[in-house]
Amino acid sequence: MDLILNPWPWYVGGPLIAGIMFLLLWVGRRFGMSSNLRTVCAAAGGAKASSFFDYNWKDERWNLIVALGAVIGGWIAMNLLSTDAAVALHPDVIDQLQQLGISDAGKAFMPEKFFTANAWSDPKSLLILLSGGFLVGFGARYAGGCTSGHAISGLSNLQLGSLIAVIGFFIGGLVMNHFLLPYIL
Amino acid sequence: MRSLSYLFIGILFGITMFKVEAASWFRIYEMFQFKSFHMYGIIGSALFLGVIIIQYIKSKQLKDAFGTPITIAPKEKKIARYLIGGTFFGLGWALSGACPGPMYTLVGAGFSPILVVIFGAVLGTFVYGVLKKYLPH
Repeated sequence: MDLILNPWPWYVGGPLIAGIMFLLLWVGRRFGMSSNLRTVCAAAGGAKASSFFDYNWKDERWNLIVALGAVIGGWIAMNLLSTDAAVALHPDVIDQLQQLGISDAGKAFMPEKFFTANAWSDPKSLLILLSGGFLVGFGARYAGGCTSGHAISGLSNLQLGSLIAVIGFFIGGLVMNHFLLPYIL
Repeated sequence: MRSLSYLFIGILFGITMFKVEAASWFRIYEMFQFKSFHMYGIIGSALFLGVIIIQYIKSKQLKDAFGTPITIAPKEKKIARYLIGGTFFGLGWALSGACPGPMYTLVGAGFSPILVVIFGAVLGTFVYGVLKKYLPH
């Protein structure tokens, strides 16, 4: 039981993700977790603003159901399958984050400053979350996919475009992590 | 029945993202610091098996559960959109610590401010749709 309640190692997670990709192919769909954002825009009447959202979104309802499943899965994992969700980070990372004012590094699953209810009353945290989300949504559609669509599905299919996208993910990620986050946090 | 299968796959995905800590802001930070093998191990082992699975599907021309051949549409041969779009995505990934899949997982896990990230992501998707024709692809 401890094996399930403790965090799962990478060599369990990676194969499970490959299995999920296969299951989606097997039910006639493709692994890509950002397409549902486009479905939301289309369902909300986005076609009035751009032909990019002018399609029969009901055919893409499945990706909203997968997203709903992911919400339920998150609840199950947190409440039924975990005793202590603290992430065992590298000690250097804990030191570094503490110096940047993230005092719960190594003791929690998410930084309290941004992801507990306290953040709702902190305009700076809200702005960071909103900007981060905006860049993710904008970038994922611009690049035609996110981590699941490019880094997992696309690379598994040996697509050059996906390799370029993943290189982009890391250019952006490294710039943010090393040069911008120290000033933002 | 099909809806139920999507829901089941989503639940499995949500549990996995949480339990392997790929949904943790901290793990993403640590990955971009190159201080742990954890995230690279997840992506690397998923890819290793993924390549084998896709090559097997192609060579055997497998059909899905409903008898339709499994085909994977090739992506467009373009560089600008992948590189520029990917860079935008990476900036957001490292800032919010969440890519689209884990965002939903975190809603269920009870980290309510992630809803602001999801709202931002929908907004970003919408703005891309509006600006698409002006952007280099």
